[in-house]
Amino acid sequence: MGYPHPIHSSETPVLSTHFGDAPARTVAGWQERGGYAALKAALAMAPTEIIDTVKASGLRGRGGAGFPTGLKWSFMPTGDGKPHYLVCNADESEPGTFKDREIMRWTPHALIEGCAIASYAIGAEQCYIYIRGEFTEPWSIMEAAVAEAYAEGVLGDHAMGSKHRIDMVLHRGAGAYICGEETALMNSLEGKRGNPRIKPPFPAQAGLFGRPTTINNVETLAAVPHILTRGAEWYAGLCAGNKKSTGTKLISVCGHVMKPGNYELTMGTAMSELIFDMCGGMRPGRTLKAVIPGGSSVPILNAAEADTCILDYEGVVEAGSMLGSGGMIVMDDSTDMVYEIYRLAKFYAHESCAQCTQCREGTAWTTKILARILAGKGTVEDLDLLLDLADNMTGKTICVLSDSCAAPVVSGIKKFRNEFDDYLTAKKAPVLVGI
Amino acid sequence: MSTDCVSVTIDGCTIEVPKGTTIIEAAKQAGVLVPHYCYHPSLPSPAVCRMCLVEVEKAPKLLPACVTAVADGQVVHVHSPSAEKARESVLEFLLINHPLDCPICDQAGECELQDYVFYEGRSGTRYGDYPKRFNPVEVFGPDVLYVPNRCILCTRCVRFMDSVADAPVLNVSERGDRAFIGIDPDHALDHPWAGNVVDLCPVGSLISQDFLHKARAWDLDTTASICSGCSQGCNVMIDTRDDVVVRIRPRANLEVNRHFMCDHGRMHYRWMNRGDRTEAPLVREGDRLRATDWETALEHLAKSLGDAGPDVVLLASANVSTEGLGLLKRLVGDTALATTVLVPSGPEEPLVGIPDLALRAERVANASGARLLGYDTDWKAATGNLSRAKRVVLVDLPLDAELQRLLDESHARVVVLGTVDESWSEAVDLVLPMSSLVEEDGTFINRDGRVQRFQAAKGAPGMARPAWWVAAAAWARHAPDRTAEETAAEAFLTVASQVPSLDGITHGTLGFGGRRVVAAGAVG
Ligand SMILES: Cc1cc2nc3c(=O)[nH]c(=O)nc-3n(C[C@H](O)[C@H](O)[C@H](O)COP(=O)(O)O)c2cc1C
Ligand code: SF4
Ligand code: SF4
Ligand code: FES
Repeated sequence: MGYPHPIHSSETPVLSTHFGDAPARTVAGWQERGGYAALKAALAMAPTEIIDTVKASGLRGRGGAGFPTGLKWSFMPTGDGKPHYLVCNADESEPGTFKDREIMRWTPHALIEGCAIASYAIGAEQCYIYIRGEFTEPWSIMEAAVAEAYAEGVLGDHAMGSKHRIDMVLHRGAGAYICGEETALMNSLEGKRGNPRIKPPFPAQAGLFGRPTTINNVETLAAVPHILTRGAEWYAGLCAGNKKSTGTKLISVCGHVMKPGNYELTMGTAMSELIFDMCGGMRPGRTLKAVIPGGSSVPILNAAEADTCILDYEGVVEAGSMLGSGGMIVMDDSTDMVYEIYRLAKFYAHESCAQCTQCREGTAWTTKILARILAGKGTVEDLDLLLDLADNMTGKTICVLSDSCAAPVVSGIKKFRNEFDDYLTAKKAPVLVGI
Repeated sequence: MSTDCVSVTIDGCTIEVPKGTTIIEAAKQAGVLVPHYCYHPSLPSPAVCRMCLVEVEKAPKLLPACVTAVADGQVVHVHSPSAEKARESVLEFLLINHPLDCPICDQAGECELQDYVFYEGRSGTRYGDYPKRFNPVEVFGPDVLYVPNRCILCTRCVRFMDSVADAPVLNVSERGDRAFIGIDPDHALDHPWAGNVVDLCPVGSLISQDFLHKARAWDLDTTASICSGCSQGCNVMIDTRDDVVVRIRPRANLEVNRHFMCDHGRMHYRWMNRGDRTEAPLVREGDRLRATDWETALEHLAKSLGDAGPDVVLLASANVSTEGLGLLKRLVGDTALATTVLVPSGPEEPLVGIPDLALRAERVANASGARLLGYDTDWKAATGNLSRAKRVVLVDLPLDAELQRLLDESHARVVVLGTVDESWSEAVDLVLPMSSLVEEDGTFINRDGRVQRFQAAKGAPGMARPAWWVAAAAWARHAPDRTAEETAAEAFLTVASQVPSLDGITHGTLGFGGRRVVAAGAVG
């Protein structure tokens, strides 16, 4: 299978095996493909055994931060007598990222199964899946799948015929990027404004409705059944030697490559292989200029850095950026970097929840300065100002949206200074943009 | 060091504080102010303004002092270069959209944005000529105006209405730099305690229409006082400009009203500026009252009461100070037919988020003091005695039609200690001009049995004197061995020596926080 194009021979299809395979969307179809065996097995295991297996697999959060999943689960209290919650973060709104959408579109039961196993492992009888509001198609597919899972006894008071209750509720977001941040998401689920909360307390202590809560990304949870079925060792072995980054990662590639789409890679694959081999390289006559490797929030890599970048958590950090959510934006030499950075800043300015002063005002001000530069009215001092604002916006706020706005500005000015200079010296014709 | 305490060093000053204390509160104790906006000790802390960032040794990032609990051995730098740069930047970010209309802003002079920019801000702007965010002024409630352009989105107002008033009518609307404070379109900001948002607002964004453009903050004189609106005894500040009361604000007292006061008390000040005051003593001369000096007036008072013997009824407002009530009682003697205070009432309006704080049903400040001194509050019984009385002494009571009728029926001669001019009836022999409670020092005892001092916020008009002074001077005339008290503090000593639960207490030992002297309920 594979969607929208067949699976490339260099891919390692695990999560994406059934992308494009519409019959996999039913309970029966999922079972025919080996689904729900892991859940059945899990419900016969001790929760700690599951957590230990996930720990041993080396699975790390695919939502952006890369936090070890088993370790996160182990933070949940045991025997506290309180209700626990599992929350699945399906708000996928990071520009450049579109992997969770495909998981939900093609393999809704993979997600339901992963959520059910995780719920059981952390002692939660209730799971919430928070789906991005704009995801109309994934929403209706997930809705149908959850209804069928109940009808077939996969979920409910006796999940898979066991004595364990696992309930699952879908919640639809209302279009705010910030609601993907885990604590904002919990506020939103509680019916409040989607503002990130200050930590501590951490979700495992007091999360959704003040109860111990684990929150994981769609891709993280969808990987869990495979780990249980095929073993932690198998999963841990999916790497290129770096034991800290294991398994497969869906990389959503967009931009100026011949074949954009989701590619599932073993951790440790070279970025150049992904771009130039699997994605069919750049458009004819064009050369690579820049890559944003992990969703819009991470620093920009230039062509040289991208060329040697290894796609795993540590590899991308070494190259000067972060793996993040795995949303890879590839830009060729036709790209106006100043405009791109402006466009990113405008996104963050629009999406700032407005709590923190630096973020609320800094994102908007940054956008205005970039627009002024594009309009040919910038000065050299504007670059210093942008860098100083970025410094003032980094590491000082409740969540990292503020830092995310600053990151591409800083890396952009550092790595593509000549493009800024072209606007400052009127070498390039002004571009008028709205702010 | 006790196990419940931790030791922390803040800007070089090492102190011990209870575990769980936030850095911002610990810093206060070390004498260091951590600049802050969203933090308020009577509200939940959301740590949104990011103004209070401080450097903590070994921490990877600057930490918000308002929500970070101190750890043992921690070393905090409030004034390190990185912390100062962070705060300078917050101020810069707050100012880029701020209108800087200080010359026409009521908050100027007591604005936390002005103050911190002055301490730690940049002198010039780097914003350039971008237009500033604009939203029109909105009327939020009967008194409160919202000026969104000045708003720094600290959310204190929202949190007060949500968590303290339990009337969540405000919110943050929109996102990014388009955000502003919104109000539920079906509600107004008309909660009985809503006025507190004006005090809570660190800038001039929420302002009082009552105070609008009335005075500049730096022209005000501020006096510590107690609200006379009800028996709660909220600690307040009376702001005067040239002897005119222009505003009343709450004064922090964590045991009584924390940082709040109700709108009834806040707005209850216009009477303090009345111009129709009695300014000189008046004695009856045939069919008219003639102005006279205090000597003559006191002579008349002493003689009038002496002639009446025990057939005296003393009727007073329960907003007369403890000193006044105590010495008046001494003046009329224990044998008087009745010594009674008037206690008007109204509906109770609690501030639900603060335990034991409400606009109380008893709408006077010193009913508890009066009871403690042996006054009655049974008004019907007291006025029933009027027919047997030879003398009636009225102290600071409005002469309404009902009281006038009772006096007319009683044939008693009347002595008035009053603040405002009335058309006195033929029954009145003597009118003695009294200072009002904002014109004198004294104490009230609140419903919880707490004695609290207030101070004179403005001068008394003409020859007006405090009730205690009148009572003391007249009393001293009855016998040569008596000396009249000369200050409110002395008057308090005399009164306190007669009441076991007040014994040993002085104005000095009370300070301005007050002290609970009897169990709550004992005098309530
Ligand atoms: C501004 C912001 C937006 C985020 N959006 C998403 C999102 O859309 N989906 C997601 O899974 N995680 C998102 N995250 C990360 C989550 O906060 C959280 O780390 C993640 O859901 C944890 O799951 P994981 O451990 O499985 O990665 C976002 C974080 C921030 C700061
Ligand atoms: S950093 Fe921005 S988005 Fe995050 S909590 Fe603060 S204001 Fe909201
Ligand atoms: S109106 Fe005042 S109190 Fe309310 S958020 Fe704005 S600045 Fe803060
Ligand atoms: S006072 Fe600490 S963040 Fe606002």
